[in-house]
Amino acid sequence: MASLIEEAPRFFSYYNLIFLGQAFAFTALLSLVGCGLGFLIGFVLAVLRNDRIVGFAPLRWFATIYVEIFRRIPFLVKLMVVFFGFQLAGFDASMFAVAATTVALSASAFSAENIRAGLESVHKNQWDAAETMNMGGLTALRRVILPQSWAIIIPPSMTYSVGLVKSTSIASQIGVLELTYAAKILNQKGFSAAICFGTILILYFLLCYPMNLFASHLERRLAPSRHR
Amino acid sequence: MPHLVIDRLSANYGTAPVLQDVSLSVERGEIVSIIGPSGSGKSTLLRVLTGLLKPHAGVVHVAGTQIDYGSAAALRKVRDRFAVVFQQYNLFQNMTALRNVTIAPTIVKKRDAGEVEREARALLEKVGLSHRIEAYPDELSGGQQQRVAIARALALKPEILLLDEVTSALDPELVAEVLDTIRVLAAEGMTMLIVSHEMGFVREISSKVVFMADGKVVEVGPPSQIFDAPQTERCADFVRRILRH
Repeated sequence: MASLIEEAPRFFSYYNLIFLGQAFAFTALLSLVGCGLGFLIGFVLAVLRNDRIVGFAPLRWFATIYVEIFRRIPFLVKLMVVFFGFQLAGFDASMFAVAATTVALSASAFSAENIRAGLESVHKNQWDAAETMNMGGLTALRRVILPQSWAIIIPPSMTYSVGLVKSTSIASQIGVLELTYAAKILNQKGFSAAICFGTILILYFLLCYPMNLFASHLERRLAPSRHR
Repeated sequence: MPHLVIDRLSANYGTAPVLQDVSLSVERGEIVSIIGPSGSGKSTLLRVLTGLLKPHAGVVHVAGTQIDYGSAAALRKVRDRFAVVFQQYNLFQNMTALRNVTIAPTIVKKRDAGEVEREARALLEKVGLSHRIEAYPDELSGGQQQRVAIARALALKPEILLLDEVTSALDPELVAEVLDTIRVLAAEGMTMLIVSHEMGFVREISSKVVFMADGKVVEVGPPSQIFDAPQTERCADFVRRILRH
């Protein structure tokens, strides 16, 4: 403890704070891309897979294959595939762009499954009623099905999102300077592991805790217990 | 000209035939009931009529117009003329009774919200639920939910009302309130096709009864024939077993 206090002024130097701040921003951005873009694309995929909305079977197959493939490949392997994929295609993409693409690909596949489970939790008689009343698939989705699905969609999506924040650390493997990588570097520079990893622990928490608050807020707004 | 003509209609679930050469006609303002053992295709016939299941042969005419079930536009038109009340009510669980009634007229038919709401309140009063319009389906009894479902169907101003075993999911003491509501509609001259197991009600309200078994129409006749002097062994057997208890 005493050594930590003694070490602190050197550790929290102006330079190191900028360094950690940047790493925090990278982690936060990667998480945001993953959760935001991933959820949006996942939503589209879940809708494409729904035969009450999409009549054109090849579109459903495409969405199914996408989801099944990207859920089964380890994150690190996906990262490498995207990395070399960009190289082969001749894109001069930054490491951050590679990591962000991978996170979005991965998160969309997992989100699609969470959302599909939610949509399928609504009894099919709700679709029948909407259909016989001439509601289109998307109208039924928006007015009838989704309001009854949020309660099933939100909790696993949030668990997944928090897990995603943590797995962004794998992006350090291709040299993206996010939080975990930054801690390792500072540790190698001679600061104690306790202060390096203790600091990013707090930073990870600061990132995830508001997400939980946001989830509770969403649940209260979109899925009041009355709709269950 | 009959209001609804079904001519040699057939449909399959996968490869299993569930309707085979079903023919029947319903005059304007007439009430036709379909009875038969479970699995006989009664509810399936209603699903085919409303396009929830595609027929693979046969034709349907509504008011003289043949319905092309392969065309989305034609399907939308025919759905405008039918309204369905389901066995399980199928009320939208996320909406109040009032919203269940107003949603399709306002969102699908794009009618004026104020006018629709006035009509919806009148309809809910007609089915005896003016005191429960802000209740959600899970706060209502089965009989109340089914009456909301009837109001919802009527709000679409259908030409033909299809009732699919509307009392089968209800506790016995709640059946009467729903049947009373249907009697009111019958008195107003609504054309109805009713699938029901309430034999007393069917006998009282129908001008024609259709007995179905194994996806086929076995016998058609006035209630007096079907219940008192059935012409087929199959129908006689069914009626005997049903009326025994």
